[in-house]
Amino acid sequence: MTPTGTSKIPDILTKYRADILTDWTRQQLENTAMRRGVLRESDVTEQSGEFLNAFAEAVGAGNLTDLRGEKWDAVREVLAAVSRSRAKKGFTPSETAMFVFSLKQSLLTRLRAEIGDDTDAVASEGWTVNTILDRLGLFTTEIYQKGREEVILRQQQELMELSTPVVSLWENVLALPLIGTLDSARTQVVMESLLQAIVKSGAAIAIIDITGVPTVDTLVAQHLLKTVAAARLMGADCIISGIRPQIAQTIVHLGVDLGDVITKATLADAFALALQRSGMMVASVKGRS
Amino acid sequence: MPVIRDELMQVRASDDIVRVRQMVRALAVELGFGLVDQTKIVTAASELARNTLDYGLGGTTLMEVLEENSRIGLRITFEDNGPGIADIDLAMTDGYTSGRGLGLGLSGAKRLSNEFTIESRVGEGTRIAITRWKGR
Ligand SMILES: Nc1ncnc2c1ncn2[C@@H]1O[C@H](COP(=O)(O)OP(=O)(O)O)[C@@H](O)[C@H]1O
Ligand SMILES: [Mg+2]
Repeated sequence: MTPTGTSKIPDILTKYRADILTDWTRQQLENTAMRRGVLRESDVTEQSGEFLNAFAEAVGAGNLTDLRGEKWDAVREVLAAVSRSRAKKGFTPSETAMFVFSLKQSLLTRLRAEIGDDTDAVASEGWTVNTILDRLGLFTTEIYQKGREEVILRQQQELMELSTPVVSLWENVLALPLIGTLDSARTQVVMESLLQAIVKSGAAIAIIDITGVPTVDTLVAQHLLKTVAAARLMGADCIISGIRPQIAQTIVHLGVDLGDVITKATLADAFALALQRSGMMVASVKGRS
Repeated sequence: MPVIRDELMQVRASDDIVRVRQMVRALAVELGFGLVDQTKIVTAASELARNTLDYGLGGTTLMEVLEENSRIGLRITFEDNGPGIADIDLAMTDGYTSGRGLGLGLSGAKRLSNEFTIESRVGEGTRIAITRWKGR
């Protein structure tokens, strides 16, 4: 790579800033023609301007190799903001990386115009430009990926809350139908929403239905036992329903002691028991069957 | 023993445990395991994968389909380079936990499997293999 002090890139960035910005912006708008309406020209110009300022400063500071270093903080910040906003707008990772890649052409054109007679210099400076912009382009895809992961995480959390509804089956009888895996984070949410509902409704019986939980291992059993114990402290008895025969067998093999927790094969069985305990009964009305 | 198929999975985060369970279940279903056998091997795998993550500080899960004298089996091997287990008998005791579990994972996984082997060296890691044969 070109020795820092002798690189012409900082000069070119300063001298031709306006031209480069115009070229680059135009090129981006052409590249992303299909996205018109999503990407406003004024935004592109602003983002590109910010990037050029930060870029010129970093290059001027002299370190052309350590792009993860402090001197390049501002550049990476601008890129991160651009990637995130484009990821949100539904751009693909390569469309996002084009933000940086598309700068190559106008920058290399100016470079050639400025030092065109010195072919060695053009080659080496061109290589520098290519390397730096390639790496910065990859950086945008990294950030893009992270942004996507954040979106997925958020959706998971939303789903987590959605999938733990506490329903009131009858006066004093609550039911918590659990669906899916019961790992750490979700169990906490489940437990809290049930306890809150017990306090709010003053329910005497809570049915935890695990028909939709595919695997009951010792961790799930432990969470269930804790929930039952906590509910009891709030004044509600729990019935665990949806214990299919294969689950019952497995629990026995694991050696888990469910103690005095009442279990039922189906939610219907649990509901019948809950009604009975509350002094109700379900009867058919004669002559109406 | 002829291995007719294998799958290797990483266990580095709690999501991976879910994936291990799903993979074990899919294999067990594909091999024609009954519902009880499926549930047993999936549950045992869930226990051991979680130990790999929680105590072994992450590792791998190898699933192998075995065929021997025309019977079909599923062997799952959990391996980590964690701290190892100093006293295996103690670790295998019902109710023993060095963390905050129920202390029933290792012993329970053994009861849920047809074959169970455990090797561990302090400072080097742990390898546990379970096998469940179809229809036994
Ligand atoms: N892969 C492992 N590496 C190190 N120690 C382990 C490993 N697996 C299990 N152990 C030890 O064995 C103990 C018992 O494990 P287990 O029966 O699954 O119960 P629990 O997970 O509830 O603690 C653990 O508390 C831990 O001390
Ligand atoms: Mg365990």
